[in-house]
Amino acid sequence: MLSVRLLSNRMDNLKQNPNPEAQELNGAEIFIRCLVEEGATTVFGYPGGAVLHIYDELHKQQEVNHILVRHEQGAAHAAEGYAKSTGKVGVVLVTSGPGATNAVTGIADAYMDSVPLVVFTGQVRTALIGNDAFQEVDTVGITRPCVKHNILVKKVEDLPLAIKRAFHIAGTGRPGPVVVDIPKDVTEQSMVFSYPKDPGMRSYQPTLEGHTGQIKRAAKLIAKAERPIIYSGGGVISSGAHEELIEFTRLTGFPITNTLMGLGAFPGTDPQFIQMLGMHGSYEANMAMHHSDVLIAVGARFDDRITGQLDGFCPYAKVIHVDVDPSSISKNFRAHVPIVGDAGKVLCALIEELRDGKHSLPDISPWWDQIHEWAKKDSFAYQQDMDGEIKPQYVLDHLYQQTGGDAFVTSDVGQHQMWVAQLYKFTQPRRWINSGGLGTMGFGLPAAMGVQLAHPDELVCCVTGEASIQMCIQELSTCRQYGLPIKIINLNNRYMGMVRQWQDFFYDSRYAMSYMDALPDFVKLAESYGHVGMKIEKPKDVEPALREILSLKDRLVFADFITDPRENVFPMIAPGAAHNEMILS
Amino acid sequence: MRRILAVLLENESGSLSRVANLFSARGINIESLTVTPTPDETLSRMTLVTFGDDRILEQITKQLHKLVDVVTVVDLTGQNHVEREMALIKLRLRDEGSVDDLQRVNKVYRGRIADVSALCYTSEVVGTSEEIDAYIAAMGEHEVVEVVRSGPLGIARGEQALSIRQNQ
Ligand SMILES: Cc1ncc(C[n+]2csc(CCOP(=O)(O)OP(=O)(O)O)c2C)c(N)n1
Ligand SMILES: [Mg+2]
Repeated sequence: MLSVRLLSNRMDNLKQNPNPEAQELNGAEIFIRCLVEEGATTVFGYPGGAVLHIYDELHKQQEVNHILVRHEQGAAHAAEGYAKSTGKVGVVLVTSGPGATNAVTGIADAYMDSVPLVVFTGQVRTALIGNDAFQEVDTVGITRPCVKHNILVKKVEDLPLAIKRAFHIAGTGRPGPVVVDIPKDVTEQSMVFSYPKDPGMRSYQPTLEGHTGQIKRAAKLIAKAERPIIYSGGGVISSGAHEELIEFTRLTGFPITNTLMGLGAFPGTDPQFIQMLGMHGSYEANMAMHHSDVLIAVGARFDDRITGQLDGFCPYAKVIHVDVDPSSISKNFRAHVPIVGDAGKVLCALIEELRDGKHSLPDISPWWDQIHEWAKKDSFAYQQDMDGEIKPQYVLDHLYQQTGGDAFVTSDVGQHQMWVAQLYKFTQPRRWINSGGLGTMGFGLPAAMGVQLAHPDELVCCVTGEASIQMCIQELSTCRQYGLPIKIINLNNRYMGMVRQWQDFFYDSRYAMSYMDALPDFVKLAESYGHVGMKIEKPKDVEPALREILSLKDRLVFADFITDPRENVFPMIAPGAAHNEMILS
Repeated sequence: MRRILAVLLENESGSLSRVANLFSARGINIESLTVTPTPDETLSRMTLVTFGDDRILEQITKQLHKLVDVVTVVDLTGQNHVEREMALIKLRLRDEGSVDDLQRVNKVYRGRIADVSALCYTSEVVGTSEEIDAYIAAMGEHEVVEVVRSGPLGIARGEQALSIRQNQ
């Protein structure tokens, strides 16, 4: 009945409006047209009652490609993988109620890591809102604390502008997720469609250019530095400022460290790179932070996994802090020279200021001598006994060597994540895709799907643990449906390793609930989904197994590496300790 | 330290809860909050009182700015400004003769009797928050049955006006 009515409506319109430009479209058609206008042609989603009109339109068209996940959390993480690896806005479409709540973990993850997403959630009809209708939840209310913005669309006339704004807000300034909640009746109402050119938002205007006076002050500080360090984070990657960062670092000759989220912005193989910093960062990076006199923070937010105890953090440093989000500056740690602006633009301005001859750059060779001295600790080192158990680091070392540091690598959360960050030397941005802020187990596999869909011909590896992988294991089915040849490197230590590590350090090795009992046979599991499964148990098999895994170019391979269950991640700064108080082994 | 902020925000459903949410999410109490539409009906104006040191105030101001619906935030605390709060106070007087008493206090604080019943008087008073505190304290002998206060409204002194373009 409904479709007959809609169809006849449209016919009437056609009669009245011979000009097809002025043709009326219904909300579902408008939805698709808006996505096309935004160039958002890959959508990760899962259908349900409230979005059925939209799914029907998706079915009728070719321009927008919909990827059917197996759980809405997977849709959100896949869109994150897509967004993080391309820099484009990731798009999610889910139904109301449980569809929306299932997506919340992914939305919160995107919020913490500043990933641009637009998440469309179906909603019950406007007339039913507030009535505890079937599959009704207050999606705007539930997601409010974990979105950059959210919008409930109350009538079809508001839909194009809501979508325009959602993409604009998600992708500009400090990126983040935007939820657009669309009641079912809005998708059947019709109007003459035109897509707004301008989001028209007086209240949202991110500052991109750094303040000239502040740039000059920063340059003066840099010129006088004796023990400087550059500390850069995920903001450099979201801003696309890696080239400016490299140029700035080369120009100054300063040491540089990256946060977990910032890895890849500066080549991990470069001699000026002193490795990741923070809780599991290198000895030299943390010691250099602690003893620095000028700290140049770019697109990093001084979170607690970086700073450790704030009282003891960087006690001698004058801090220059560049961030596009003013609220990140001086939130946790006081900046002496705050610079609000886009990382790329500010770095450019700094480079110009330093080049124009007014400042001579300092000779910091004694500082470098000290850093090289610290680096001799070789704090990420490990020992592989070829007759013993496989060390997880050994697998990652070989993965790095065999892929030349060029693969896209996603990870889950735990020890394996830290080992990738320590040992895989990323030479390009947007290749290291992990969940840093929220630390979401289950992120790795769906994120890898998004990356692989965006880069069909590239190698995508998902490094995971036997606990994390089980949190979104259902996505193996999605991988099968779309032929995604992801290489899953499961570092199977039979423990929630990171939990067990904390229990070792802080709970006298009482392993409460951290042993992973009743594990499935991952080889059979992979095979049952139509993939290749492999189990690797001996150190000498690691290298050839990896060669074989990487040679199976068009198959998903689930490689179950049985690793040493006792291995811990070092160095470690215990919570509440300072950077010069690392536990080294 | 007590802080008073004036905020212009889009007059849209949900704007107020975004602000309220921001405070609770960051673990900061709102002492009082008033919000009404402005002559430009697309905008609402809010006066918000909270407590915190300079660092908290800086963070709150930035976080408010970060909300997509918020157009302008001005910290009135640091500048010359006028503040007024209104209160309605229901009293049970000690005895009939006490009305004179009440009138005397009203005279001092520019209060007014807004309602009378057999047992109770309701008075209305406008002033700074301290004046209202003092007014209530001056009721000492009489039983204060109920008090309702509007929370302060604030406006800068002089020519300066809160506008869309005036961003800190
Ligand atoms: C959804 C979720 N639940 C719980 C945690 C807490 N947590 C952090 S690491 C970890 C263990 C991860 O185990 P595994 O995936 O096997 O990785 P491993 O540390 O052993 O390498 C847990 C439970 C989390 N990060 N995310
Ligand atoms: Mg494990």
